[in-house]
Amino acid sequence: MEKPIFDFGMNTNRRHFLSRLSLGIGGAALGSLLVPDLFKSDTENSVNDIVSGLPHFAPKAKRVIYLFQNGAPSQFELFDHKPLLNKMFGEDLPESIRSGQRLTGMTSNQTSFPLAGSIFDFKQHGNSGAWVSELLPHTARIVDDICIIKSMNTDAINHDPALTFFQTGAQVGNRPSMGSWLSYGLGSENQNLPSFCVLLSRGKGNGQGVYSKLWTNGFLDSVHQGVQFSSGENPVLYLGDPEGMDRSERRRMLDKLAKLNQGTFDEFGDPEVTAKIQQYEMAYRMQTAVPEITDMSKEPESIVKMYGPECLVPGTYAANCLLARKLSEQGVRFIQLYHQGWDGHAGLPKEISGQCKDVDQASAALVTDLKQRGLLDETLVIWGGEFGRTNFCQGKFTKDNYGRDHHPRAFTIWMAGGGIKPGLVYGETDDFGYNIVKDPVHVHDLHATILNQLGLDHERLVFKHQGRRYRLTDVAGKLVKDIIS
Amino acid sequence: MNAPFPIKYVLLAGIGILVAGLGWKGLVNKKVTSAKDISYNYQIRPILSDKCFACHGPDANKREAGLRLDMADNAYAPLEDKKKFAIVPGNPAASEVYKRITSTDPGYQMPTPESHLGLLNEGEIDLIKNWIAQGARYEQHWAFAAPKQAKLPEVSDKDWCENEIDRFTLAKMEEVGLAPNDPATREQLLKRLAIDLTGLAPSLEIQRKFAEDNSANAYEKIVDNLMSQKAYGEKMAIHWLDIARFADSYGYQNDDVRTQWAWRDWVIHAFNSNMPYDRFLVWQLAGDLLPNPNKEQILATAFLRNHKITEEDGVIPEEYRVEYHLDKTKTFSSGLLGLTVECAQCHDHKYDPVSQEDYYRLFAFFNSSKEKGFDGSAGSGPAKTPVLTISSSDTKNLLNFINSKDTARIVVSVMGEDDQPRPAHVLNRGVYDAPGKVVTASALPAVMKFDTTKYPRNRLGLAKWTTSKQNPLTARVFVNQIWQEIFGRGLVKSTGDFGMQGELPSHPELLDWLAVDFMNHGWNIKRLIRQIVTSATYRQSSGMTEEKKNKDPENIYLARGARYRVPAESIRDIILSTSGLLNPEIGGPSVKPYQPKGIWEATTANRGSLAKYIQDTDSALYRRGLYTFIKLTLPPPAMIIFDASNRDHCEVKRQKTNTPLQALVMLNDPTVLEASRVLAEQLSASPASVDAKISEVFQRIVCRKPNAGETQLLVDYYKEELSTFSKSKSKAGAALNIGDSKHGQKVDVAKAAAMMRVISTIYNMEETITKS
Repeated sequence: MEKPIFDFGMNTNRRHFLSRLSLGIGGAALGSLLVPDLFKSDTENSVNDIVSGLPHFAPKAKRVIYLFQNGAPSQFELFDHKPLLNKMFGEDLPESIRSGQRLTGMTSNQTSFPLAGSIFDFKQHGNSGAWVSELLPHTARIVDDICIIKSMNTDAINHDPALTFFQTGAQVGNRPSMGSWLSYGLGSENQNLPSFCVLLSRGKGNGQGVYSKLWTNGFLDSVHQGVQFSSGENPVLYLGDPEGMDRSERRRMLDKLAKLNQGTFDEFGDPEVTAKIQQYEMAYRMQTAVPEITDMSKEPESIVKMYGPECLVPGTYAANCLLARKLSEQGVRFIQLYHQGWDGHAGLPKEISGQCKDVDQASAALVTDLKQRGLLDETLVIWGGEFGRTNFCQGKFTKDNYGRDHHPRAFTIWMAGGGIKPGLVYGETDDFGYNIVKDPVHVHDLHATILNQLGLDHERLVFKHQGRRYRLTDVAGKLVKDIIS
Repeated sequence: MNAPFPIKYVLLAGIGILVAGLGWKGLVNKKVTSAKDISYNYQIRPILSDKCFACHGPDANKREAGLRLDMADNAYAPLEDKKKFAIVPGNPAASEVYKRITSTDPGYQMPTPESHLGLLNEGEIDLIKNWIAQGARYEQHWAFAAPKQAKLPEVSDKDWCENEIDRFTLAKMEEVGLAPNDPATREQLLKRLAIDLTGLAPSLEIQRKFAEDNSANAYEKIVDNLMSQKAYGEKMAIHWLDIARFADSYGYQNDDVRTQWAWRDWVIHAFNSNMPYDRFLVWQLAGDLLPNPNKEQILATAFLRNHKITEEDGVIPEEYRVEYHLDKTKTFSSGLLGLTVECAQCHDHKYDPVSQEDYYRLFAFFNSSKEKGFDGSAGSGPAKTPVLTISSSDTKNLLNFINSKDTARIVVSVMGEDDQPRPAHVLNRGVYDAPGKVVTASALPAVMKFDTTKYPRNRLGLAKWTTSKQNPLTARVFVNQIWQEIFGRGLVKSTGDFGMQGELPSHPELLDWLAVDFMNHGWNIKRLIRQIVTSATYRQSSGMTEEKKNKDPENIYLARGARYRVPAESIRDIILSTSGLLNPEIGGPSVKPYQPKGIWEATTANRGSLAKYIQDTDSALYRRGLYTFIKLTLPPPAMIIFDASNRDHCEVKRQKTNTPLQALVMLNDPTVLEASRVLAEQLSASPASVDAKISEVFQRIVCRKPNAGETQLLVDYYKEELSTFSKSKSKAGAALNIGDSKHGQKVDVAKAAAMMRVISTIYNMEETITKS
């Protein structure tokens, strides 16, 4: 947090600075107040009289890496071990358990709801004795570093609203996403990289798309928008100089441009012109910084072995995990991964096996790698999907093949680092895995807890828009104190 | 406006300087507090609304201690324990409100520490104290009282004024001790006008013509000329497309194509034919309910169907049917009335007098639509029930403004009522499956009574209510939006919120004068715009002295011309029009110009026809920005980076940011590089001197002649680059190898590549994409 106040962007920052001073904010917080504006200058919306004294208290975590498993992995095949479902294999889900819970349009006309137990084996692992299935051997080895939450629950039952809810705290879209809130609240630690980066990958399983409203800045300044990295020739859009232009020629061009723009400033006196000159300088620095960080060729053999050989193939989940580590090491505040392919409505056993092969090793490697570097304490890692899956079969049902529909009522995610208790299994579902019986964690609660670890009070991180104070947690959210060390 | 505006006392004291950046409300709050008449509307209500109404305001369910401070009767009445009073007019010391806002006891003070609202500052406390001392007089919220035209204010320099607008702005400047800037140069004015009226840079031909026109009314002539161009309608449409959340896809996962573009063509047509604003609204809200509606009137209602529509298998239809009408309600209230009624979806509004029941009465107008919550998954068609089918004969006749590419019929999602009205309910907590009390359709009573003897209880009634000259909001809100599009900042800065929490107007009398004038002249949009751009206020230079920068950084008092970066679409249009690449075709299906590779493909689930980005070819690559295909789940990045609306929801105001990603677009987007290459190749064939070439291309792009220093700098740069490229022809060839358009004949590649660098630099100048 204690970064120097950079000169760049100061023309407009001075104005914000004054307005905040007039509200009686102590000088101690100013460094962090100015950092959020580094990336840009804005004449319209950056004067907000609500952000004050951030962070609100000493943070445990400085950065977040969110490994989003897009499409909703089945908790029954991975973490939530339910022998009863194997015992009752094929029997109907008792109405007393379902108790009127709504169903999606895909199963609401099913006449029966045959229970399906996992065909994969479970064992207990580590000192914590956490149950993990054979599909996740690498994750099984790090159970003492992670906190498994079996009692996640959400409001939405379809992908789009559920994903949007997880990322923005609202199902409707156009609210700022979590990464944008953190960028807004805490700014960037690195002046050559965006504070919120988005990395995409895709497995072979039934996929659900992603969309840019998941990393939208909503009503916050657009500087807080997630910057989507791509595995193509340009890791950041428009980053690469055109054919035939080398760095010294770009430099020459920017020097000429700065002189021309300086002339404009001299004529109009508009601070936006100065800001523009500085933005071109920042762009120039990004052109060097981003390719350096996305270049995997210099990674040592041990790292490649740890993440798996796919980490050298741009655009894979493994490569994105490694890139996430490098970005976070450079101070990027929020790194959002999405891995598609978890939507197992049919043929779930085969699909989920493939998905786990994609993500298991690299996810575990990321945690281990951060730990080895002494970064896990200050980096919060989160792994999970947008909801869970039903304990009963959707569609065709055989002994070794079945599908599962969406289940928002109870599902499993894990968290690691950033002051979250390691080696903990938190929350419990009933023997059917259908309802939560202990320590429910709602999406709003998760958000409140994530913000808390970054030193932010979710009730005080607000932005006033069209007369209303908005929060990531809307009007809800309780800190899950039991999982904080 | 019955109260005098005490603001002038504040501003005379020069306090504006100290609180620069706090915005208008801040200015008022910080004022000298011993002023004689404290205004409830302008000074007290903003404080009460922000700090008190959440618990002591319109929301009956959250009201603490039975106290509401937004109504005089209740605020003056005895409190629950009967001995105390929240407000005793004339006696602050006896008023609980005053005692609690000044208390240091956390258990007693207001706002409570738990609210996280923060305590009132000294200035605010003094204001409340003096207001109570002066009798604690309440007033109707300014925006809910019908606008009246005040007398034109007296000013000392009447000669400066070109029209009525200037009387108001100059009076304000004189109050705060600012003097207007000199007029902008002719070159600046022409570019400003062209950007504001057509969204394009003025061509060299227009520049020369205007420079040579010495007639007294040269300025007025060019205004009329620009407004008569078809490009005017395109420019005007952009803001309306933001309000109407227009896009080319359905918007949820499996985001497939839809064909609402025929409605977009209608919007352009409506602006170009100067359709009166009231009719423009009536058709869009209820064209289908007019007597014997024609297809054009029905097409206009697509306005209400531009919201996202799900094609995700397994959704619960009723959940989405409700969602669509919530979106319509929001678009109507935010875009047309400037109110944030969506707060009342889940509970009574916390600040504005809109109850949850009021909200669902408004919602009820849309509830009887024939549409379905789920009407097929990806691939089921580019329009959803109810649909208007447009034949090729329609596009040759009544709907000849539609740019139909072939004879295939066009389908558009439009409005249409069910035969049986569907009962609407208050939805508890705003949730579709928690219906409460049944309600009948009615418009917001706090704004204006919905008189059922005049208005039917359907969308047509709502449209008539909206466009009634007695409606206090419609004209003000639209006039303010137009003002915002021209000056970069509305007279009410919070364009989408004219409610209690919104900003107060900087020039309330001007806003009202314009609103009334607009209605009295048949809601004539071109006339309104002409008034604004022919004012002396508009014509000022945008130069910023230190004094003005300090006194008025946001240009609230309009003592200088507007200066800001042009909208995303205009950036593209300037590049294409100045390079001669622009294809000026109007309307038609949206197009897919250059876009970085792989970004649709990386996000899709491979369903529907938009899984892959299939770039267009030939002249379709060079259409204006507003025709760029908008896939809602991944809107065009070069536009979004420049703050274009993502069209997800109704948007009344875009941000204006300045970021490094914008620099990267200008440096490396093939659109800019190709434009530079094409101009460079053209120039390389010309026998003119390098100086002359650079001077001409500079004027073409920046719309003024370069000064000697600029020319010298660019000529030097040209020579440096020429020396580099002369050493490597292959490098020059690589630099020129950009874009699909044809290359020039007999091009000296080294010279062309060097000139291309120069031109690309000119495109990157801040001034090029700035209206100054």
